[in-house]
Amino acid sequence: MPDAGVAPAGSAAHKLASIEAVELGLASVGYIPSRQISTAVYLAQHLQKPILVEGPAGVGKTELAKSVAAFLDLTLIRMQCYEGLDEAKALYEWKYGKQLLYTQILKDKIGDVIGATESLPAALDKLHAFGDIFFSHQFLEPRPLLRALQQPGGAVLLIDEIDKSDQEFEAFLLEILSDYQVTIPEIGSVHAVETPIVLLTSNSTRDLGDALKRRCLHLHIGFPDAKLEGRIIESRVPGIEKSLRRELVAFVQQLRTLDLKKLPSVSETIDWARVLVLLHAAALDTEMVHDTLNVLLKFEADIEVANKQIATLTQKARQEAGLPG
Amino acid sequence: MSVDTGPLPLAPSRKGRGRPEPELPLPSREGVGGRGPGLTSEPLRQFLQAARSVGIRVSAAEGIDAARAVQVVGYSDRTVLKDTLSLVLAKTPDEKNLFDECFDLYFRRDSLAQEDEATTDPRAPTVQSGFGGEGSGGGGGRSLSQMLLDDDRAALATAMEAAARESGIQNIRFFTQKNLYARRILDRMGLRQVERDMEALRKDDQQVAADRLENRIEALRDQARDLVERNLLLFARGETEKFREELLKSARLSNLERRDLERMRVLVRAMAKRLAARYAKTRRRRLRGHLDARRTLRKNMGWGGIPFVTVWKQKRIEKPRVMVLCDVSGSVAAMAQFLLMFLYALNEALKDIRSFAFAGSLIEVSDILESEPIETAIAKIMQAMGFGSSNYGNSLADFEDGWMRLVSNKTTIIILGDARGNRTDPRTEILQRLSQRAKRIIWLNPEFRSAWGTGDSDMFRYKPYCNVVTVCNTLRHLERVVSDLLKDAA
Repeated sequence: MPDAGVAPAGSAAHKLASIEAVELGLASVGYIPSRQISTAVYLAQHLQKPILVEGPAGVGKTELAKSVAAFLDLTLIRMQCYEGLDEAKALYEWKYGKQLLYTQILKDKIGDVIGATESLPAALDKLHAFGDIFFSHQFLEPRPLLRALQQPGGAVLLIDEIDKSDQEFEAFLLEILSDYQVTIPEIGSVHAVETPIVLLTSNSTRDLGDALKRRCLHLHIGFPDAKLEGRIIESRVPGIEKSLRRELVAFVQQLRTLDLKKLPSVSETIDWARVLVLLHAAALDTEMVHDTLNVLLKFEADIEVANKQIATLTQKARQEAGLPG
Repeated sequence: MSVDTGPLPLAPSRKGRGRPEPELPLPSREGVGGRGPGLTSEPLRQFLQAARSVGIRVSAAEGIDAARAVQVVGYSDRTVLKDTLSLVLAKTPDEKNLFDECFDLYFRRDSLAQEDEATTDPRAPTVQSGFGGEGSGGGGGRSLSQMLLDDDRAALATAMEAAARESGIQNIRFFTQKNLYARRILDRMGLRQVERDMEALRKDDQQVAADRLENRIEALRDQARDLVERNLLLFARGETEKFREELLKSARLSNLERRDLERMRVLVRAMAKRLAARYAKTRRRRLRGHLDARRTLRKNMGWGGIPFVTVWKQKRIEKPRVMVLCDVSGSVAAMAQFLLMFLYALNEALKDIRSFAFAGSLIEVSDILESEPIETAIAKIMQAMGFGSSNYGNSLADFEDGWMRLVSNKTTIIILGDARGNRTDPRTEILQRLSQRAKRIIWLNPEFRSAWGTGDSDMFRYKPYCNVVTVCNTLRHLERVVSDLLKDAA
């Protein structure tokens, strides 16, 4: 983050002054939000609540966090969750090596410190005067959560795929989510310097606890409608021609109505659009779709299902895009 | 008693009801239209009640959050309000759908009243005719009869909304209360007086006017019933469904009707998910206070063996290994549907489960359950095996030939069936061998205990080789058995 210390405290709040401002701001960094998304970001700032983003893979959950960070010019601190993630990796860790090194150094110097004392209690008293050097901030290795709280000027904290973590870890997050503070047993509670904007994402591989959900705004991002998807493609793949864009969006929208194992997501649509631009396609034709379908669909069975219907689907897509069949 | 003709307020309630709660320090925003004076305004409170009753779980804290959120965005923009409340209140895709429905229903009702009022307001009160005005729902002090004769629909609608509110319509719970509430509303509007007025008209030989009034009263009755029905949908659907679900949970599975299937499916899935969630986390439990000295030393080698990091002993809890044999023959066909449904749900929940279906002979159905969606899976199994007459001896022999070698002392075997083998050889010796190999055998029988051993039932012959034999014919039974199973495995 550029000169974090100097950033005016109100800048984020100022940029998030209204729902429209959020919408325009996100669009300016290349993320076309639906109205719900901008409302969620707006409310997250004004209610000081984290957003829990759920939805199928590839609809732009993680991208949202990145875009919010870019738009607000804040550091993005990302924590990827996985099974077995614990506080040593998420919150803080003591710098054991450094502690060990210091013990070695102190061993040599200890004679100088307590040399003159006669009795054990007196020596202990002298040592106590030094305080708890080993468990202080100097020996603390901050991990993502702690870094987000200590970041001067605020930060965007992305807790990615929270559903992959253990239930215990979820409980551990509650403190930071509701009070923006964490407790380190040896030191005490650490409060946020500046309340970070927190986004959690989940693919719903398991149900999250009620306690967690209660503390968050719950945003469900589904597949976008044709209009929104068109705008997203326009913003992400600027080189694409308008007619092809409409056609391919119509095609993908229809593909989503089929009975597939994994429906193509926005990210796949973007990839496909890029591929088509690279291939200098002017319009969709059956052969081209057939050759590039593996960009959209990731399962062999799905490709088989779709292959049978390519002709009708392209035909319909042309019609819907308002092009001559 | 006069009632203010205000709409069920969308505009902030001016009545200053509710405790004067402190304003929360919120970032100010320019141009917030219509911020309510209290924290929880009346329409929001009522809406939360409606939301709860359609089955969205709204805790008190979420209610407060909703109020704060509404304060930030204001009531002025309906779509923003909807998005906002949806973000705060609805926490699953299902709840989002319920919420959308409920929001539209609730606020449509609202906007109707508002439109009505808009058309009424500018009108000057009409000249009083000779009717006595006792009706409570007065549109500007006019009597109900007058309004009816003038056919002033807007005023009538407003009066009806007001009367409905006074009669506590939001407390309606069951469809049987419909008539009661419709009657109450009409009474409050002053229907008795209208009836008296009508009599008076008839006596005065004004038959035409009397007939007209009578027609209008009929129409008014219909409207009242409509209104009650809408409110029933809004406020009571959750209750009735809950009631129905409770009923379903303890109904005998064989007695269930086709129309309940969909609901059952949801219940079964929820149950399986709950069981899976409850027992998934007990798999790895840390043994507190038992230092794993060997691994601790190894981990701290880098620091010269000084134990900076301690490693504690862990107890690995095995996932239950389950094999389920499900009877799908004609005698238990009604039951088998649900058993299969449950198997299917369980298959999603537990990873290591193998399922078999049998009637005259036995096949493995794990693959079908895993790869197909539930409807087709069940149909496929029933088609392959179902409705035949069962032969337990034969099926057990099939199992022994094909899968006995996979049974270890960690395997739990569940048999679902009525043990009625149509007087074929029960081959109890196979079950005996099975019981020696397996960790345990659980037999779930849909028949009542008193029917065991009667006719062709071989239940008592099999019983000695089973660890547990129990009646299982409702969803509750099923849940209890499976819960015990998972607990023991943990």
